[in-house]
Amino acid sequence: MANKRVDEPTGVETVGHEWDGIEELNNPLPRWWLWTFYATIVFAVGYCVAYPAWPLVEKGTEGVLGWTSRGQLAKEIQAENSRKAPLLAALSQIPVERLPQNGANMRAAIAGGQAAFKVNCVQCHGSGAAGFKGYPNLNDDDWLWGGDLKAIEYTITHGIRQPGDKQTRFSLMPAFGRDGLLTGPQIQDVVSHVRTLSRLEKPSASSRRGAAIFAEQCASCHGVDGKGSREFGAPDLADAIWLYGGDRATLTETLTNSRQGVMPAWGQRLDPVTIKMLAAYVHSLGGGEAFVEPAAATADAAAAPAGQANEPD
Amino acid sequence: MSQIETIVPARKAKPREQLYAKREPVFNKRIDGPFRRFKWLVMAVTLAIYYVTPWLRWDRGAYAPDQAVLIDLAHRRFYMFGIEIWPHEFYFVAGLLIMAGIGLFIVTSAVGRAWCGYACPQTVWTDLFQHVDRFIDGDRNARMRLHKAPWGPAKIARRTVKWAIYLAISFVTGGAWILYFADAPSLFRAFFAGDAPAVAYGTVAVLTFTTFWLGGFMREQVCVYMCPWPRIQTAMLDEKSLIVTYKQWRGEPRGSVKQAEKNPLAFGDCIDCNQCVAVCPTGIDIREGAQIGCITCALCIDACDRVMKQIGRPRGLIDYATLEDCEREAAGQPARPVWKALLHARTLIYLGVWGAIGFALLFALGTRARIDISVAQDRNPPFMMMSDGSVRNGYTIKLRNMQSRPRVMEIAMEGLPGASMWTDEMPRSAAARKIRRTLAADTVENLRTYVIAPPGAAARDFTFHLRTLDEEREEDSSEAHFDAPEATP
Repeated sequence: MANKRVDEPTGVETVGHEWDGIEELNNPLPRWWLWTFYATIVFAVGYCVAYPAWPLVEKGTEGVLGWTSRGQLAKEIQAENSRKAPLLAALSQIPVERLPQNGANMRAAIAGGQAAFKVNCVQCHGSGAAGFKGYPNLNDDDWLWGGDLKAIEYTITHGIRQPGDKQTRFSLMPAFGRDGLLTGPQIQDVVSHVRTLSRLEKPSASSRRGAAIFAEQCASCHGVDGKGSREFGAPDLADAIWLYGGDRATLTETLTNSRQGVMPAWGQRLDPVTIKMLAAYVHSLGGGEAFVEPAAATADAAAAPAGQANEPD
Repeated sequence: MSQIETIVPARKAKPREQLYAKREPVFNKRIDGPFRRFKWLVMAVTLAIYYVTPWLRWDRGAYAPDQAVLIDLAHRRFYMFGIEIWPHEFYFVAGLLIMAGIGLFIVTSAVGRAWCGYACPQTVWTDLFQHVDRFIDGDRNARMRLHKAPWGPAKIARRTVKWAIYLAISFVTGGAWILYFADAPSLFRAFFAGDAPAVAYGTVAVLTFTTFWLGGFMREQVCVYMCPWPRIQTAMLDEKSLIVTYKQWRGEPRGSVKQAEKNPLAFGDCIDCNQCVAVCPTGIDIREGAQIGCITCALCIDACDRVMKQIGRPRGLIDYATLEDCEREAAGQPARPVWKALLHARTLIYLGVWGAIGFALLFALGTRARIDISVAQDRNPPFMMMSDGSVRNGYTIKLRNMQSRPRVMEIAMEGLPGASMWTDEMPRSAAARKIRRTLAADTVENLRTYVIAPPGAAARDFTFHLRTLDEEREEDSSEAHFDAPEATP
C-alpha cells in the first residue's frame, strides 16, 4: 500500500492497484449503494434468527418462526388435497361404469389415474402401459379378464393370485409336462395346433394330432376354437397377441411348466377412488371396451356404452 | 500513466470536490407560438387516447368481450378493435414493437429528438405538471419568489393545493392503466366498491406514485440521468438530422439593442435576453450547443422568434436546422427548406424497412387462418398391435377455433389407405376416415385420436386435414407419421 498516490486531474487518491497502466481511483461509494449494503447485512442477521440457518453437529438452528421445508410441503399437500376433495368426493359417489356419462368427471378421473399409474403400475406395465413379456399390454384390445371399466376396476382391486384376497383372480393352467399329463411329443403336437389357430403355421399331421389332444385337455378353458374365456382368465389363443410369446420354444415352455402371472391386489393398498381413476385411465388407453349392462337393465343398455358417443355425422 | 506522476502520502490528498451538483429547479416561463401550440395539440391528443381508449366499445358478439382495446391476460387474448391476437400470434405484437422502435429511428433521423420533445409520456406529464405549477403559483418570477420564500401559511397552502392536484392527475393516470386489462366499466365500479383484485390496487398505487414522483419532482432529471434514449440517440443523429440549433455565426457577439444600434457591425443578432433559457422545460441554454438536456421541444424557437419580431430582426436565430445546413449558412449560402432535410437517405431507408414490416404484418393479418390443427403422435408406445393383427397409432390432435362463434369442422385423413380413426369420445365401431366436430367459440381442444390400419400396414406419412363447414371456408392441415412394425411375425 506504499504506492498510493493522487490522481492529478481529479485530485482523488488511488487505491494502489494497477492493471496495464489503468489505476483504480478511491472514489466514495454512492450513498444509496452503501445503505443497500447495510440493509442486506441487517436482513441476513434477521433471516438467521427467523429461519433455520446454521448447521450444528446434530441438526441446524431452528429459527424462531418454526418454519421447515417439510412443514411447508405438508401445508402445500394439504392445500392440494383440500382443493381436490370435492372432486374425489364426487368420484367416490359414481359407480365406475357410470363415469363416462359426465365428460368432466371422466377427464378428471383419467388425469388422476394417469398420475397414480405412473407411481404404482409402470414398474411392471411400463410407462406407456405397453407391458413386457408376461406383463400384459394395456393399450391393446385383448383382455384376459374383461376390458370394460367395471372389469378393469375389479382386476385392479383384487389382483391376480393374491393371498389374503378371497375374490382375487386365479387362472389354473396345468403344468402339462412337469406333472406328466402329456408327453413331450404330445406337447409338440399341441404347440403345432395352437400355432395353426393363430395362423402362425399351416395345418400338419402334428397339428391334427394336437387338435385332438387340445379338444380333450384344453378346450374346457380355452374353448374348442381356442378363443379363450374371460371367466377363467384363459387367453385367446387364436388372436395375434401373446403374453409370453407365440414361438415354439415359448409355447413348449408354457405347456410344460404352466404360467403363473401375479398382480398385487391394489384394494389392499390404494383407496377406492384411486382405483376407480386407474380403471378410467387404463380404459382410456385405447383398448377399453364398452360396459354392457347386465340383462336386467337391457332397456338403457343401448344408451350407456362409451358415454356421449360422438357420431361422425 | 502520465497523469499520475507524483507519489504523495495518502493523508496529503487534496480535499475532494463535490461529485454531484445539487439540482437547480427549473421555472420555465409561459410562451406562445407555433411550436407551443403544436405541443398543446400533441398533449391533448395523446392524453385523450390514453384516458379514453379503455372506454371504447366494440361489439364482438356473445362469445368475446365488448371492449375495443383489451389485454386479457387471464384468458391470454389481446383485443384491438377488429383484431384478436392469440398467444401463438404474439409475433404481431413483436412486429408492432419492432415497428415502434424503427418508427423512433425514422423520427430521430428526420427531426431529431421530436419524440422526446412532444410525445414521450415523461414530457407530456411533466408539461402537464408545469402547467399546474403555473396555474397555482403563477409564472416564472412568481414561482422563483415563492421558491425562495420561507415556509409560511401561504406557501404551505399553495404547496398543498398544488401537490393535491399532482396527486389527482397521478391517480387518474394510474387508474386508467388498469382499465386496459379488464372490462373498464365493471372494473371501475369494483375499484371504488373495494371489490377489485389486489393487483389492481397495487398497480394503481405504483403508477400513481411514479407519475407523482417522476412527473411532479424528477422531471428533466429523468431525461438527463435516467433515460437511455438520449444516449442511444447520439448514435442515431448525424449531420443530416434536424436539431434545434442556435445560429452562433449570426448571433455572436451578443449585445443589447442599444449597443447594436450604436455600432451595428460589432454585434450579432442575439441580444442576450435569456428568453430561450427562461422558457426551456429542462432549463438548458441552447446557445451552448447541442446537449443531452435538449429534448427538441422548440419552445426556445418560439421565444426567440418573438423577440426577433419585437426588435425587427429576421426570425430563426434559434431554429430547426441540420449541421450541414449550419455549415452552409455560416458560409453565407441561402438556407435550404426544411422538408429537404426530412428526405435524406437514412430516413428513407428506415421508412422502407418500417413500411416493409408493416406490409408483412398486414399481409399476415389478412391471410391468417382462424382455425388451426396440430398433431402430436404418441411416442410410448409408438404403435400398438391389436388382437386381429391390425396396427393402431395414437395421436393428440389440437384444434383451435379462434373465431368468436362456434364452428363446425371436419377432420379428414389423407393418405394411409384402409385406415380409419376414432376419438376416445366415440365408440370404436364408429371409426371413419372423416370425423366432424363442433368447436366452441374461442377455444382450444385436445382430441385423443386413434388411427387403425389393417394387418400388414407399413409405416408411412399421412396428413390430417381440417376444414370448416360454414360459409367462410377455412382449412389447415398437419403432417403426421404412422408407425408400424418392420414385419409382422
